[in-house]
Amino acid sequence: MPTFKQSFKKSLKDIYSFIPLLIGTMLLISLISLIPKSFYSYIFTGSFLDVLTGSVFGSILAGNPMTSYVLGGELFKQGISLIAVTAFLVSWVTVGVIQFPVESVTLGKKFALTRNILSFIFSILVAIITVTLYNLL
Amino acid sequence: MRKKSKIQWYFLIIVLIIYLALLLINFSAFLTSIMFFIDILKKIIPSFLLVFLLLFIIDYFIDPLSVTRHFKEKSIRKWIYALISGTIASGPPYLWYPLLQDLNKKGVSYGIIACFLYCRSIKLPYLPLLIFYFGFKYTVILSVIMIIASVIQGIIIDKIIKQEEI
Repeated sequence: MPTFKQSFKKSLKDIYSFIPLLIGTMLLISLISLIPKSFYSYIFTGSFLDVLTGSVFGSILAGNPMTSYVLGGELFKQGISLIAVTAFLVSWVTVGVIQFPVESVTLGKKFALTRNILSFIFSILVAIITVTLYNLL
Repeated sequence: MRKKSKIQWYFLIIVLIIYLALLLINFSAFLTSIMFFIDILKKIIPSFLLVFLLLFIIDYFIDPLSVTRHFKEKSIRKWIYALISGTIASGPPYLWYPLLQDLNKKGVSYGIIACFLYCRSIKLPYLPLLIFYFGFKYTVILSVIMIIASVIQGIIIDKIIKQEEI
Protein backbone atom coordinates (compact mmCIF):
# COMPACT_ATOMS: atom_id res chain seq x y z
CA MET A 1 0.00 0.00 0.00
CA PRO A 2 1.61 3.31 -1.02
CA THR A 3 1.74 6.19 1.44
CA PHE A 4 -0.25 9.40 0.93
CA LYS A 5 2.92 11.22 -0.12
CA GLN A 6 3.98 8.46 -2.53
CA SER A 7 0.58 8.41 -4.22
CA PHE A 8 0.49 12.20 -4.44
CA LYS A 9 3.97 12.28 -5.97
CA LYS A 10 3.15 9.48 -8.43
CA SER A 11 -0.06 11.18 -9.57
CA LEU A 12 1.77 14.47 -9.94
CA LYS A 13 4.50 12.73 -11.95
CA ASP A 14 1.89 11.03 -14.18
CA ILE A 15 0.24 14.36 -14.90
CA TYR A 16 3.55 16.17 -15.38
CA SER A 17 4.85 13.58 -17.85
CA PHE A 18 1.71 14.01 -19.88
CA ILE A 19 1.70 17.83 -19.99
CA PRO A 20 4.02 18.35 -23.02
CA LEU A 21 1.99 15.86 -25.05
CA LEU A 22 -1.31 17.41 -23.97
CA ILE A 23 -0.18 21.00 -24.64
CA GLY A 24 1.33 19.94 -27.99
CA THR A 25 -1.85 18.14 -28.99
CA MET A 26 -4.04 21.06 -27.93
CA LEU A 27 -1.88 23.43 -29.96
CA LEU A 28 -2.14 21.11 -32.96
CA ILE A 29 -5.88 20.86 -32.48
CA SER A 30 -6.04 24.64 -32.39
CA LEU A 31 -4.71 24.65 -35.94
CA ILE A 32 -7.96 22.86 -36.80
CA SER A 33 -9.67 26.24 -36.43
CA LEU A 34 -7.81 27.31 -39.57
CA ILE A 35 -9.02 24.37 -41.63
CA PRO A 36 -12.21 25.08 -43.58
CA LYS A 37 -15.14 22.82 -42.75
CA SER A 38 -15.25 21.74 -46.39
CA PHE A 39 -12.05 19.76 -45.72
CA TYR A 40 -13.82 17.56 -43.17
CA SER A 41 -16.71 17.00 -45.50
CA TYR A 42 -14.12 15.75 -47.99
CA ILE A 43 -12.78 13.08 -45.55
CA PHE A 44 -15.98 12.46 -43.59
CA THR A 45 -18.65 12.37 -46.25
CA GLY A 46 -21.57 11.87 -43.89
CA SER A 47 -22.09 8.35 -45.22
CA PHE A 48 -21.87 5.03 -43.40
CA LEU A 49 -18.20 4.86 -44.41
CA ASP A 50 -17.40 7.58 -41.84
CA VAL A 51 -17.38 5.02 -39.06
CA LEU A 52 -14.73 3.05 -40.98
CA THR A 53 -12.68 6.19 -41.58
CA GLY A 54 -12.86 7.01 -37.85
CA SER A 55 -11.69 3.51 -36.94
CA VAL A 56 -8.79 3.59 -39.39
CA PHE A 57 -7.58 6.97 -38.11
CA GLY A 58 -7.90 5.88 -34.48
CA SER A 59 -5.99 2.66 -35.16
CA ILE A 60 -3.07 4.44 -36.79
CA LEU A 61 -2.80 7.16 -34.17
CA ALA A 62 -1.82 6.22 -30.63
CA GLY A 63 -1.26 7.75 -27.24
CA ASN A 64 -2.94 8.57 -24.00
CA PRO A 65 -6.77 8.29 -24.06
CA MET A 66 -6.95 11.89 -22.79
CA THR A 67 -5.45 13.06 -26.09
CA SER A 68 -8.08 11.16 -28.05
CA TYR A 69 -10.88 12.67 -25.93
CA VAL A 70 -9.65 16.20 -26.62
CA LEU A 71 -9.05 15.49 -30.31
CA GLY A 72 -12.34 13.60 -30.73
CA GLY A 73 -14.24 16.28 -28.81
CA GLU A 74 -12.91 19.08 -30.98
CA LEU A 75 -13.57 17.10 -34.19
CA PHE A 76 -17.12 16.54 -32.99
CA LYS A 77 -17.51 20.29 -32.44
CA GLN A 78 -16.35 20.80 -36.02
CA GLY A 79 -19.36 18.81 -37.17
CA ILE A 80 -18.01 15.29 -37.63
CA SER A 81 -20.65 12.68 -36.85
CA LEU A 82 -20.76 11.18 -33.35
CA ILE A 83 -20.55 7.67 -34.77
CA ALA A 84 -17.28 8.43 -36.61
CA VAL A 85 -15.82 10.17 -33.55
CA THR A 86 -16.82 7.22 -31.31
CA ALA A 87 -15.16 4.74 -33.68
CA PHE A 88 -12.10 6.98 -33.61
CA LEU A 89 -12.04 7.12 -29.77
CA VAL A 90 -12.54 3.37 -29.34
CA SER A 91 -9.98 2.26 -31.93
CA TRP A 92 -7.45 4.78 -30.56
CA VAL A 93 -7.42 3.02 -27.19
CA THR A 94 -8.06 -0.58 -28.20
CA VAL A 95 -6.13 -1.11 -31.45
CA GLY A 96 -2.37 -0.92 -31.01
CA VAL A 97 -0.67 -0.75 -34.40
CA ILE A 98 2.40 0.92 -32.91
CA GLN A 99 2.56 -1.48 -29.94
CA PHE A 100 1.97 -4.50 -32.17
CA PRO A 101 5.67 -5.61 -32.32
CA VAL A 102 6.01 -5.58 -28.51
CA GLU A 103 2.67 -7.29 -28.03
CA SER A 104 3.49 -10.05 -30.52
CA VAL A 105 6.91 -10.68 -28.97
CA THR A 106 5.59 -10.92 -25.41
CA LEU A 107 2.15 -12.46 -25.89
CA GLY A 108 2.54 -14.21 -29.25
CA LYS A 109 1.92 -13.16 -32.84
CA LYS A 110 -1.35 -15.04 -33.15
CA PHE A 111 -2.73 -13.42 -29.99
CA ALA A 112 -1.61 -9.92 -30.99
CA LEU A 113 -3.00 -10.27 -34.52
CA THR A 114 -6.32 -11.77 -33.40
CA ARG A 115 -6.78 -9.20 -30.64
CA ASN A 116 -6.03 -6.22 -32.86
CA ILE A 117 -8.24 -7.40 -35.73
CA LEU A 118 -11.08 -8.10 -33.30
CA SER A 119 -10.55 -4.70 -31.61
CA PHE A 120 -10.78 -2.98 -34.99
CA ILE A 121 -14.06 -4.75 -35.83
CA PHE A 122 -15.33 -4.08 -32.30
CA SER A 123 -14.55 -0.35 -32.58
CA ILE A 124 -17.06 -0.14 -35.45
CA LEU A 125 -19.66 -2.25 -33.64
CA VAL A 126 -19.22 -0.38 -30.34
CA ALA A 127 -19.60 2.95 -32.16
CA ILE A 128 -22.80 1.85 -33.90
CA ILE A 129 -24.36 0.40 -30.72
CA THR A 130 -23.31 3.34 -28.51
CA VAL A 131 -24.67 6.02 -30.82
CA THR A 132 -27.87 4.04 -31.53
CA LEU A 133 -28.52 3.67 -27.79
CA TYR A 134 -27.57 7.30 -27.19
CA ASN A 135 -30.16 8.44 -29.70
CA LEU A 136 -32.80 6.04 -28.39
CA LEU A 137 -32.44 6.71 -24.65
CA MET B 1 10.48 5.88 -19.73
CA ARG B 2 12.97 8.74 -19.82
CA LYS B 3 13.25 8.27 -23.60
CA LYS B 4 9.48 8.44 -23.90
CA SER B 5 9.26 11.65 -21.87
CA LYS B 6 11.97 13.16 -24.09
CA ILE B 7 9.94 12.26 -27.18
CA GLN B 8 6.98 14.12 -25.66
CA TRP B 9 9.11 17.24 -25.26
CA TYR B 10 10.43 16.90 -28.85
CA PHE B 11 6.83 16.69 -29.99
CA LEU B 12 5.98 19.92 -28.15
CA ILE B 13 9.07 21.65 -29.58
CA ILE B 14 8.07 20.65 -33.15
CA VAL B 15 4.58 22.02 -32.60
CA LEU B 16 6.03 25.26 -31.19
CA ILE B 17 8.26 25.55 -34.28
CA ILE B 18 5.13 25.18 -36.46
CA TYR B 19 3.57 28.02 -34.48
CA LEU B 20 6.68 30.15 -34.85
CA ALA B 21 6.54 29.62 -38.61
CA LEU B 22 2.85 30.51 -38.57
CA LEU B 23 3.62 33.69 -36.61
CA LEU B 24 6.12 34.75 -39.26
CA ILE B 25 3.99 33.78 -42.26
CA ASN B 26 0.46 34.67 -41.17
CA PHE B 27 -0.01 36.60 -37.94
CA SER B 28 -3.80 36.59 -38.17
CA ALA B 29 -3.90 32.77 -38.47
CA PHE B 30 -1.46 32.53 -35.56
CA LEU B 31 -3.69 34.69 -33.41
CA THR B 32 -6.82 32.69 -34.31
CA SER B 33 -5.08 29.43 -33.33
CA ILE B 34 -3.72 30.84 -30.08
CA MET B 35 -7.16 32.15 -29.09
CA PHE B 36 -8.61 28.74 -29.89
CA PHE B 37 -5.90 27.10 -27.74
CA ILE B 38 -6.55 29.43 -24.79
CA ASP B 39 -10.25 28.70 -25.08
CA ILE B 40 -9.67 24.91 -24.93
CA LEU B 41 -7.19 25.33 -22.06
CA LYS B 42 -9.61 27.41 -19.96
CA LYS B 43 -12.38 24.88 -20.43
CA ILE B 44 -10.19 21.87 -19.78
CA ILE B 45 -8.46 22.93 -16.53
CA PRO B 46 -11.27 21.92 -14.10
CA SER B 47 -11.53 18.46 -15.72
CA PHE B 48 -7.76 18.14 -15.59
CA LEU B 49 -7.74 18.83 -11.83
CA LEU B 50 -10.39 16.18 -11.37
CA VAL B 51 -8.27 13.74 -13.40
CA PHE B 52 -5.37 14.37 -11.02
CA LEU B 53 -7.60 13.80 -7.99
CA LEU B 54 -8.93 10.51 -9.37
CA LEU B 55 -5.42 9.34 -10.32
CA PHE B 56 -4.37 9.99 -6.74
CA ILE B 57 -7.39 8.27 -5.15
CA ILE B 58 -7.01 5.15 -7.31
CA ASP B 59 -3.27 4.91 -6.72
CA TYR B 60 -3.69 5.39 -2.98
CA PHE B 61 -6.54 2.98 -2.38
CA ILE B 62 -6.30 0.30 -5.08
CA ASP B 63 -3.40 -1.86 -6.22
CA PRO B 64 -4.07 -3.31 -9.71
CA LEU B 65 -1.25 -5.83 -9.27
CA SER B 66 -3.00 -7.42 -6.31
CA VAL B 67 -6.20 -7.69 -8.35
CA THR B 68 -4.43 -9.52 -11.21
CA ARG B 69 -3.62 -12.32 -8.76
CA HIS B 70 -7.28 -13.31 -8.97
CA PHE B 71 -7.17 -13.91 -12.73
CA LYS B 72 -7.03 -17.66 -12.12
CA GLU B 73 -10.23 -17.78 -10.11
CA LYS B 74 -13.10 -19.87 -11.42
CA SER B 75 -16.07 -18.91 -13.60
CA ILE B 76 -17.39 -15.38 -13.67
CA ARG B 77 -15.15 -14.01 -10.90
CA LYS B 78 -11.98 -14.03 -13.03
CA TRP B 79 -13.79 -11.90 -15.63
CA ILE B 80 -14.87 -9.45 -12.94
CA TYR B 81 -11.28 -9.20 -11.66
CA ALA B 82 -10.00 -8.70 -15.24
CA LEU B 83 -12.53 -5.90 -15.72
CA ILE B 84 -11.68 -4.20 -12.42
CA SER B 85 -7.91 -4.39 -12.83
CA GLY B 86 -8.11 -3.32 -16.49
CA THR B 87 -10.13 -0.26 -15.58
CA ILE B 88 -7.83 0.86 -12.78
CA ALA B 89 -4.51 -0.10 -14.40
CA SER B 90 -2.44 2.95 -15.27
CA GLY B 91 0.43 3.53 -17.68
CA PRO B 92 0.85 2.47 -21.31
CA PRO B 93 -0.19 -1.10 -22.23
CA TYR B 94 3.33 -2.25 -23.12
CA LEU B 95 4.31 -1.82 -19.46
CA TRP B 96 1.80 -4.56 -18.64
CA TYR B 97 2.87 -7.03 -21.35
CA PRO B 98 5.67 -8.70 -19.31
CA LEU B 99 3.33 -9.24 -16.33
CA LEU B 100 0.58 -10.59 -18.61
CA GLN B 101 3.09 -12.89 -20.30
CA ASP B 102 4.07 -14.20 -16.88
CA LEU B 103 0.42 -14.70 -15.86
CA ASN B 104 -0.23 -16.52 -19.14
CA LYS B 105 2.65 -18.90 -18.43
CA LYS B 106 1.05 -19.56 -15.04
CA GLY B 107 -2.21 -20.58 -16.69
CA VAL B 108 -4.22 -17.37 -17.15
CA SER B 109 -6.12 -17.68 -20.45
CA TYR B 110 -5.59 -15.42 -23.46
CA GLY B 111 -9.23 -14.41 -23.19
CA ILE B 112 -8.73 -12.94 -19.72
CA ILE B 113 -5.62 -11.10 -20.93
CA ALA B 114 -7.55 -9.72 -23.93
CA CYS B 115 -10.38 -8.67 -21.61
CA PHE B 116 -7.90 -6.89 -19.33
CA LEU B 117 -6.25 -5.09 -22.27
CA TYR B 118 -9.58 -4.03 -23.79
CA CYS B 119 -10.85 -2.81 -20.45
CA ARG B 120 -7.74 -0.67 -20.03
CA SER B 121 -9.35 1.63 -22.59
CA ILE B 122 -11.92 2.68 -19.98
CA LYS B 123 -9.88 5.01 -17.84
CA LEU B 124 -11.78 5.97 -14.71
CA PRO B 125 -9.59 9.00 -13.90
CA TYR B 126 -10.00 10.38 -17.44
CA LEU B 127 -13.78 10.06 -17.55
CA PRO B 128 -14.37 13.69 -16.43
CA LEU B 129 -12.76 14.80 -19.68
CA LEU B 130 -14.96 12.46 -21.72
CA ILE B 131 -18.01 13.80 -19.85
CA PHE B 132 -16.84 17.36 -20.52
CA TYR B 133 -16.79 16.80 -24.29
CA PHE B 134 -19.60 14.29 -24.83
CA GLY B 135 -21.83 14.46 -21.76
CA PHE B 136 -22.67 12.10 -18.92
CA LYS B 137 -25.21 9.98 -20.83
CA TYR B 138 -22.80 9.27 -23.68
CA THR B 139 -19.94 8.43 -21.27
CA VAL B 140 -22.07 5.94 -19.31
CA ILE B 141 -23.40 4.22 -22.45
CA LEU B 142 -19.94 4.00 -24.06
CA SER B 143 -18.34 2.66 -20.86
CA VAL B 144 -21.02 -0.01 -20.36
CA ILE B 145 -20.82 -1.10 -24.02
CA MET B 146 -17.04 -1.29 -23.79
CA ILE B 147 -17.18 -3.40 -20.63
CA ILE B 148 -19.55 -5.83 -22.38
CA ALA B 149 -17.36 -5.76 -25.52
CA SER B 150 -14.23 -6.57 -23.49
CA VAL B 151 -15.82 -9.74 -22.09
CA ILE B 152 -17.19 -10.78 -25.50
CA GLN B 153 -13.77 -10.23 -27.05
CA GLY B 154 -12.17 -12.30 -24.29
CA ILE B 155 -14.63 -15.17 -24.86
CA ILE B 156 -14.01 -15.08 -28.64
CA ILE B 157 -10.24 -15.10 -28.13
CA ASP B 158 -10.55 -18.06 -25.75
CA LYS B 159 -12.45 -19.93 -28.49
CA ILE B 160 -9.89 -19.04 -31.18
CA ILE B 161 -6.66 -19.46 -29.22
CA LYS B 162 -6.17 -22.34 -26.86
CA GLN B 163 -3.66 -22.05 -24.02
CA GLU B 164 -1.11 -24.50 -25.44
CA GLU B 165 -1.21 -23.16 -29.01
CA ILE B 166 1.33 -20.33 -28.69
